[in-house]
Amino acid sequence: MDFLINSIIKALELIVSLDPELTGIVVLSFKVSGFAIIISTIIALVITLVLDLKNFAGKNIIVTLINTLMGLPPVVAGLMLYLIFSRSGLLGFMSILYTPAAMVVAQIVLATPIIAALSYAAVVSADPGLKFTALTLGAAPCQATIKVMKNVRYSILASVLAGLGRVMAEVGAVLIVGGNIAGFTRVMTTAIALEADKGDFELAIALGMILLCIAFVLNAALFHFQKKGVQR
Amino acid sequence: MIERIQALNIKKQYNSKFELDCSLDIKNGPIYTIVGPNGSGKSTLLRILSLIEKPDNGSVIYHDGGKPLAAPFKDIEISRMAVLVATRSNIFNDTVYNNIAYGLKLRKFNKKEIKDRVMSVLKDVRLDGKERMNAMGLSSGESQRLALARAFAINPDILFLDEPTASLDPDNTRVIEDIITEWQRKSDKIIIIVTHSLPQAKAISDFVIFIYKGKIIELSGVDNFFEKPSTKLAEKFVFGEVY
Repeated sequence: MDFLINSIIKALELIVSLDPELTGIVVLSFKVSGFAIIISTIIALVITLVLDLKNFAGKNIIVTLINTLMGLPPVVAGLMLYLIFSRSGLLGFMSILYTPAAMVVAQIVLATPIIAALSYAAVVSADPGLKFTALTLGAAPCQATIKVMKNVRYSILASVLAGLGRVMAEVGAVLIVGGNIAGFTRVMTTAIALEADKGDFELAIALGMILLCIAFVLNAALFHFQKKGVQR
Repeated sequence: MIERIQALNIKKQYNSKFELDCSLDIKNGPIYTIVGPNGSGKSTLLRILSLIEKPDNGSVIYHDGGKPLAAPFKDIEISRMAVLVATRSNIFNDTVYNNIAYGLKLRKFNKKEIKDRVMSVLKDVRLDGKERMNAMGLSSGESQRLALARAFAINPDILFLDEPTASLDPDNTRVIEDIITEWQRKSDKIIIIVTHSLPQAKAISDFVIFIYKGKIIELSGVDNFFEKPSTKLAEKFVFGEVY
């Protein structure tokens, strides 16, 4: 018990003193996940727009595939990207394996299906009269869909936060493609795994506390936006 | 300015039971109301005339300066000359101001003109002072006035209204009828209203179009329609024997 209390106290000291190693890991985590979520959101919104606008053969299969990819295990995503980015892989010439860029790609692969599936669900479950009203006011079909997306913006924002929560908390994919290199590709989750393995719990607990705080803030925001979405 | 709409041999099949099959020629100036029993094709005709929905056959022609405009269904600029206010118009989850400004932004009006038009039309529909309010908080009567305001702000050449007072109380109905007739008096545009209410058709229209099972049975002046309809079916409808 004393061991645990001492570890927590030391972890708090690391946080309060803004330990350089700790802050470096936290900042890199935010950079990688932040960048990944921005790109994922753009891709997901384009997918939502196209799926809502166009009726084409195989659309249902694509929607089902996106829904399936929501549950893609991070280690599987990491393994696939490892094979693609390894020297003999399809995109090996890019030489991004074991760099933050590969970690960003891995997180994009994980977050995009979540944001796209939830955003598309929000758009198709919106009152069809909204799109019709936009059309009656002179909107082109694409503008009408964008208007519906704006109308369900809180649900879309909630899907973005759900995607961010997923990539901030995942460890498998970034560990495989990032390599957990100190000061270069080590993020919060991979650092926790490593420090726990080493038996060096102070840093792992400090990062765990920060990760929990982030999860709390994200879930509070998610709850807030979901409530606003329902109230619309 | 569009001064005439022609609908030539319009056909629209929905199922084996319903087919719209009609022609129509309407000029600006008077208020036209379309009346008929439920399921007779009134709203379908309105959606086709407003270029929201394509007919299976036939054509809709808008005339501008005596000349027909080509390919209205393909040209967004032509379809933007008309505005349809649907039965229960959906209100966007945004401020009252932004709801009204939406149609103007689509038409690329500048900020000042948008503001001037929005503030002016808010007074016309008696919603002034509510521009910053979220429109989702409006009552049903106010929402319907907002739907009209969105259309009036655009000042379209053609205004289509589909049951503009459906499910409103008598006070709100009267307010909306006054707003519509006042707008028509000031603008001299083409205005076509679908209504279930014969008293409303009698009160606000100059011409009545009676449609039954997808076909236009009668188009006549309001007095003629209600006092001496030219068809037996229209006479029965006026007396409430057809529904």
